Amino acid sequence: MSNMQISNLENIPGTKIIKHLGMVQGNTVRAKHVGRDILAGLKNIVGGELHAYTELLTESRQQSTDRMIAQATKMGANAVLNVRFSTSSVSAGASEIYVYGTAVVVETV
Amino acid sequence: MIFSYIFSLIVPISLILLGFIVGRINEAKHFADLQQREDSFKHVVLSDLKAIPEGMCHSQFVSGSVVISIDYYKRIIASIRMFFGGEVASYQSLLSRARREAILRMIDEADDYDSKYIANIRIETSKVFENDKGIGSLEVYAYGTALS
Repeated sequence: MSNMQISNLENIPGTKIIKHLGMVQGNTVRAKHVGRDILAGLKNIVGGELHAYTELLTESRQQSTDRMIAQATKMGANAVLNVRFSTSSVSAGASEIYVYGTAVVVETV
Repeated sequence: MIFSYIFSLIVPISLILLGFIVGRINEAKHFADLQQREDSFKHVVLSDLKAIPEGMCHSQFVSGSVVISIDYYKRIIASIRMFFGGEVASYQSLLSRARREAILRMIDEADDYDSKYIANIRIETSKVFENDKGIGSLEVYAYGTALS
């Protein structure tokens, strides 16, 4: 997985796209847990950053990216280009993170 | 009877005061911190263009995110503002803080790769973990490609 190149550009500098493999995607829905919620409730009085939630969303973003990479690896790609992220609140207390991009095979020129 | 009435007034008022005082101090501290960090990263060029400048041969995906909550005082101020309409300045400062913080975290990551240029930056703002009272937190996510 480590040799998979991820970019939100349409090409990677110093390489040439030799094959398009189609769109790959990954998603995850995460709910916050009660312990984190109580602390966040207190934080809602004074405002500011909710570190626990930042961490939670970073984790879930990593997970959906991993899923996308796994799909791209299966297709035989070595790079995913034009990656986009989207976040949505699906229900009270749960958020979905969706990531998608185009799996390609690139070659160093 | 009168005591319970006074008590029911004291709680929200003290919450507003707490939110106002602590929120103010935190905001001033955060703005000073943002300014200082932005100055230290002046050499990094940020761009939302897709074009790759000449001489760049390595790319790396970088991102930064932050989740913020809206304090009690700001919510009250905003609900008063909703009645009259117009600009909600209290939320505006909160969002700009979050956005600058997310961008700085992205630059921080790019700096680890010794990159001086971040291309195709996208910034996304979304409401997350909304509860049944409609009080949610806001997430700002900034991402781009660090070139070197």
